Amino acid sequence: MTWRNKWLQLAILAIAIAVLPLFFPSGYYYRVGALIFVNALAVVGLVILIGYAGQISLGHAGFAGIGAYACALAPEHLGLHPALSPVLGAVVSGVLALLIGRPILRLKGYYLAVATLGFGILVSMVLTNERALTGGPDGMQVADLGLRAVLRDLGWRLSGGEFWYGASGIVLVLGAWIALNLFDSPTGRAMRALHGSEVAAATVGVDVARQKLRAFVISAVYASVAGSLLALQNGYITPDVAGFLHSVEMVTMAVLGGVGSVLGATLGAAILTLLPQVLTVFAEYEQLVLGAVMILVMIFLPQGLLPSIARRLRGRDE
Amino acid sequence: MRNTTASAMALLLALPVAAQAEIRLGASVSATGPAAFLGDPEAKTIEMMVEDINEAGGIDGEQIALTLYDDGGDPNKARTFATRLVEDDEVVAIIGGSTTGTTMSILDVAEDEGIPFISLAGAISIVDPVREYVFKTPHTDRMACEKIFSDMQAQGISRIGMISGTDGFGASMQAQCKDVAGDQGIEVLADETYGPQDADTTPQLTRIRNTDGVQAVLNAGFGQGPAIVTRNFAQLGFDIPLYQSHGVASNAFVELVGPEASQGVRLPGTALLIGDRLAEDDPQYQVVNDYTAAYRERYGQDPSTFAGYAHDAVALMVDAMRRADEIAPDAIRDALEATQGFVGTTGVYTFSPEDHLGLDPSDFRMLEITADGWKQID
Repeated sequence: MTWRNKWLQLAILAIAIAVLPLFFPSGYYYRVGALIFVNALAVVGLVILIGYAGQISLGHAGFAGIGAYACALAPEHLGLHPALSPVLGAVVSGVLALLIGRPILRLKGYYLAVATLGFGILVSMVLTNERALTGGPDGMQVADLGLRAVLRDLGWRLSGGEFWYGASGIVLVLGAWIALNLFDSPTGRAMRALHGSEVAAATVGVDVARQKLRAFVISAVYASVAGSLLALQNGYITPDVAGFLHSVEMVTMAVLGGVGSVLGATLGAAILTLLPQVLTVFAEYEQLVLGAVMILVMIFLPQGLLPSIARRLRGRDE
Repeated sequence: MRNTTASAMALLLALPVAAQAEIRLGASVSATGPAAFLGDPEAKTIEMMVEDINEAGGIDGEQIALTLYDDGGDPNKARTFATRLVEDDEVVAIIGGSTTGTTMSILDVAEDEGIPFISLAGAISIVDPVREYVFKTPHTDRMACEKIFSDMQAQGISRIGMISGTDGFGASMQAQCKDVAGDQGIEVLADETYGPQDADTTPQLTRIRNTDGVQAVLNAGFGQGPAIVTRNFAQLGFDIPLYQSHGVASNAFVELVGPEASQGVRLPGTALLIGDRLAEDDPQYQVVNDYTAAYRERYGQDPSTFAGYAHDAVALMVDAMRRADEIAPDAIRDALEATQGFVGTTGVYTFSPEDHLGLDPSDFRMLEITADGWKQID
């Protein structure tokens, strides 16, 4: 990826976010947009883990759950300002990823997938069963961020949808910028090297275990921040956010859009967030269509939508 | 000539339709997913009732245009659909929220945008504290506990063992029952739980049996768990009464448990369950039997208690729309709050600015499963 390419990708993302609202017929589209950005943020984290470092995780919804419940619990129990809770969630997720990543990243392939899966399910079980703390399966209320009120005092009246569209859009651009910077950094190169071949990477002096762990922790922090944003904009959270299906959904989004590409990840998140909204008329067939889309993409565009299409546009020789 | 006639006919037919406004009603229920046993009969009921009302001429000549979404039990989706209903479909009222989680997501949007919303979920936190635009039709868990405990008092029972599911319903009812037990002179001596997927509860029940002084067992839960508890209870040969919750008040439960093991089980249920046994002068006789007949004719099965919650929600909303000064969210909300003595399948509703549930424990009927079906015992 060249310097130009990086800024091009960021510019496309930022302009799309800024221009799209001009075509929104109603406030509902802001809500869908905000959901896409939140999902895309978590998926960008998975691009670093899966696309850069070549590791898999089926438990990242666990980190999203930690981020989400940090926003629900910290203001109530620790008296932390809601705006600082996502930071606490990110720190907790990061430390936890560091602790569990060390042993489980020694595993490869299916074994790693199963171990991460187990982690996700554990978090979801704790959130469901610790009723006294988390409200159990019924969930709990999340304190308002209060930023909208501040903006209103400054004379800038935004609806909830508009505010969260803007806020999550900005966080997504920041997240994408960091991920794109990482790609060409020494760390990013090391991650990509071990993706290609762990033995070769170790031979040229890459600390394989360390780089894997780094990718795992970074992606955990992305998922956690995404979970926090979701909790804050919904104002209510249930253990579903940490559920197994949410983990699978994230990986599916990453694979659909193109697991090595930040822009592709955003596209994947957008498609899978939009589909259920478009398919409400055929609600019974929604899962069927989702499955068919996945299978077709896997067969005909194995690299994911965006990279495959980009390659086709550039011509096959490249 | 024929063409001209056809055009004229079309014009004539089209005119009234064009002049006729429609009332946009929104709904988001969990018709699929883990809460489908709640949402599926609710969705069927809402669709059926809106169609019937439209066929009968609508509300003061205006047809209801229903937009129904399936949130799959996911609160995140429920919030998105609620936003869509309000912002995009521009509905004047919302019905739905099969679970407490989805309800809490929808009510935030309804409160923000000032759209009247009738929830179909049980938790007391939905209407306590009272929110301006939020109403609900099901009894709270707390009322079920109070109803059960007063029956126990009448039977001279004061020390009980509890066994509860760890799902949302069971956990919430467990907490509420333990909370009100003291006020009604009931002491909970044993407190056991089981997972929603557990295939056997003999160890928990054995522990309860080995607890000295237990005079009755109360099982808070719904789904397959209570059926397993009831069967294990019979197998272990307890000689004390078993109380179940309103969560299993259905014929499907009796079929699942089997006629022998289910005999003698007591639970608080709604009139819907004993429709054919209600006295003809019972205030709920007409509404319960009309609804059951319509549902049976259309879907070939009996409506569940949860379907009854949806029935009451639609009926209350339509009643409020008929009484409202205009078909606008605020007017409908005011009319809804002024509802007095409205007879539904669940009970008789009287809303007030301080009470957006409008039922009390007396709307529950204490039922016992006997050899020839449900019997009202209070």
